Amino acid sequence: MGQIKLESVTKSFGPVEVIPPLDLTIEDGEFTVFVGPSGCGKSTLLRLIAGLEDITSGKISIDGQDATHVPPAKRGLAMVFQSYALYPHMSVRKNIAFPMKMAGVPVDEQNRRIESAAAALNLTDYLDRRPGQLSGGQRQRVAIGRAIVREPGAFLFDEPLSNLDAALRVGMRLEISELHKRLKTTMIYVTHDQVEAMTMADKIVVLQAGVIEQVGSPLELYRAPRNVFVAGFIGSPKMNLLTGPEAAKHNAHTIGTRPEHIAISQTEGTWSGTIGVSEHLGSDTFFHVKCDAFEDPLTVRAGGEVALKYGDKVFLTPDLTQLHRFDAQGLRIA
Amino acid sequence: MATQHSRSAARIMMAPAVILLLGWMLVPLLMTLWFSFKKYLPLRGGDLGWVGFDNYVRFISSSSFWPSVQATLIIVGGVLAITIIFGVLLAILLNQPMWGQGVVRILVIAPFFVMPTVSALVWKNMFMDPVNGLFAHLWKFFGAEPISWLSEASLQSIILIVSWQWLPFATLILLTAIQSLDSEQLEAAEMDGASPLSRFGHITLPHLSRAITVVLLIQTIFLLSIFAEIFVTTQGAFGTKTLTYLIYQRVLESQNVGLGSAGGVYAIILANIVAIFLMRIVGKNLDA
Amino acid sequence: MARAVTPQRKALNTAIAWGIGLLIFFPILWTILTSFKTEAQAISDPPVFLFFDWTLENYSVVQERSDYMRFLWNSVIIAGGSTILGIIIAIPAAWSMAFVPSKRTKDILLWMLSTKMLPAVGVLYPIYLIFIRMGILDTRLGLVVVLMLINLPIIVWMLYTYFREIPGEILEAARMDGASLKEEILYVLTPMAMPGIASTLLLNIILAWNEAFWTLNLTAAKAAPLTAFIASYSSPEGLFYAKLSAASTMAIAPILILGWFSQKQLVSGLTFGAVK
Repeated sequence: MGQIKLESVTKSFGPVEVIPPLDLTIEDGEFTVFVGPSGCGKSTLLRLIAGLEDITSGKISIDGQDATHVPPAKRGLAMVFQSYALYPHMSVRKNIAFPMKMAGVPVDEQNRRIESAAAALNLTDYLDRRPGQLSGGQRQRVAIGRAIVREPGAFLFDEPLSNLDAALRVGMRLEISELHKRLKTTMIYVTHDQVEAMTMADKIVVLQAGVIEQVGSPLELYRAPRNVFVAGFIGSPKMNLLTGPEAAKHNAHTIGTRPEHIAISQTEGTWSGTIGVSEHLGSDTFFHVKCDAFEDPLTVRAGGEVALKYGDKVFLTPDLTQLHRFDAQGLRIA
Repeated sequence: MATQHSRSAARIMMAPAVILLLGWMLVPLLMTLWFSFKKYLPLRGGDLGWVGFDNYVRFISSSSFWPSVQATLIIVGGVLAITIIFGVLLAILLNQPMWGQGVVRILVIAPFFVMPTVSALVWKNMFMDPVNGLFAHLWKFFGAEPISWLSEASLQSIILIVSWQWLPFATLILLTAIQSLDSEQLEAAEMDGASPLSRFGHITLPHLSRAITVVLLIQTIFLLSIFAEIFVTTQGAFGTKTLTYLIYQRVLESQNVGLGSAGGVYAIILANIVAIFLMRIVGKNLDA
Repeated sequence: MARAVTPQRKALNTAIAWGIGLLIFFPILWTILTSFKTEAQAISDPPVFLFFDWTLENYSVVQERSDYMRFLWNSVIIAGGSTILGIIIAIPAAWSMAFVPSKRTKDILLWMLSTKMLPAVGVLYPIYLIFIRMGILDTRLGLVVVLMLINLPIIVWMLYTYFREIPGEILEAARMDGASLKEEILYVLTPMAMPGIASTLLLNIILAWNEAFWTLNLTAAKAAPLTAFIASYSSPEGLFYAKLSAASTMAIAPILILGWFSQKQLVSGLTFGAVK
């Protein structure tokens, strides 16, 4: 109950084409994350699936049924908005009940679902409050509760965590993942934060300028980014992307090596350089190393207790088995 | 940011209001145009045939026409000037810390609630009457000869009455606008060494420009068609015959619908000139 | 941020503001006071301010002579009816303009406002004829329709400015939750915009209550509201100051009371939603 298929879907605002023809299938029960920099069209894509925007051409089907011209209310999808979009004049209970009221669910069934959603989301004590009296995290839960009780074919999340502070965000991330494991319902989740994408997704869709750059599981994207954009976008800290003679040595226009795949040594190695800023996280240390061979500094991960300091001379050695090679068009060379 | 569905719904939902107003505008307008080319005297023979532009020529060449345009503009301009200037001053005053601000605000707003016929009657009889009016008593108290306000200073009197009615509105809008002024801006200017007067001129006044525009627009809409104040006080005598009142007399008192309709068309043209002028300013200022 | 204001300064402000406030309010106060005087005291020279023989006689005379209640009832029906009808028509229109704006939205709004600039007197006779033809001259229905039409642009404009403050995402949420357009407006938009709708309602009731061109010209005996009731005192009877004052007080009292009880909404309404 919740396979969503887009076939050559396009979207233009006037003369501006924000989504060129796009094909994508989201399987039933999958947790799919749309990720990309702001303005890449990921939210627009979500709104197209929701039916809040018309597609300019193409076809959207839900569970094999053509939903292209079905209004949002009839698509059987639930959405959690970035601003939560709670009804400020209704109590939490009424907020959660609203979609069921619209669907004509009998009152005792409504109450049963409200109680169970509230229990699952730790909202039981707050059912009679107004949204204005709740904290950000609680509002977020109410928005999720409102989505759950509809028992929708799929959940759509539009950057749901971006209004929360960092600590809460990690907690909510876990809760949403947990929810998905429990409900096994299709979820589509939009974010600009690749950490959220990597930690939550079954399938990540990387978008840039309305174009799908790559679709795959988090590890597929991590291991084999299809192009320079994905390589640079997925992974934290960013992959080092290097051009010039050193890349040519590997028969590539650009080579990429992740910070965790570079060995650092004070005695010997492939590239010599100088330690710049270092970021100590405790478990790890990230060194920004200015190498003679490259213009931009490289980021290198080392253990938490490595004693190197600003200005030290070091040598870097990339792990050649983990080296990514890209051609002049930025595409991966197999 | 919407779907085809919601756009067509929007069109349907806007339709009743648009159609009603379009009808309200067009039907009487076309009928007025139609009558304006006819000799039409409902009590003296009814429809006496087409007369071309006769009514237009007669209306404009009547000795009352230009004075009536002038009276209209003086009243509108006078009231606008008074309400905006005193409105700004009052708004600044009411924005100062004081005791009983809420009560003062009620006192100041109150005239807006008074229907024009009442305020005209009260002013005419109880204040401006040369024998028993309060002003007459006041003048006598100071040993002056009471003035017969509505005949000797008729336009000023009307402007006074109408300004009294509209001052609350201007004050309230301007007060709301002043309250929304970011006090940090004023403090920054104070730190920069700006005097109270230049703070008013460079920060407060520009901040009020949008509110002043709104006052200007809304008051003009209502003032162009003031009627009751004249109907009740002077009946158009002593130079207070506005264009509205002149047309009213032609249609209802002389029962000359053709001539009145031609006057109506002139009034519509005048209103449109003012409207275009206003919409220009407002259109620009409304988005801000 | 506020710096302390010296008590002297505050006292000075208070004195000036109260002085001006009372000056502005004085005509109303004077009218109310005069309504309780006898005719002789009303024109006594010098005028008496508070120390006179308070009497209610004028009120009973006015009620007896003019059948105040009938006019009052007409005013209530006409002002209330036209405003409510206008709001019902304006809510969908304002929804469209606020939430599905197009390039023409602003033009339509300004055009609507510009219909208010059409001089009423220019179209008085045609309306008069249409009313006779439709048999609604001197009926409350006729006035409800006309006053609704003349206030509709202002109602649409005010509702539009209030609606624009409501985030569109909440309406989209309602749509996702399965609400139809009607349900979206009824259960989500209208309750959320209630303060704005209340302000619009109040202001337009006052405007309709005080409207004195159409109410004077399209009514005679049957449907005449309070504006006409009071206009009848502009004849020589107006010289009876105490009775004129009583009639005036009766005509404005309902609105003054309504205004004082709902000051907050009214203040927001009086700005036509245009100034925050």
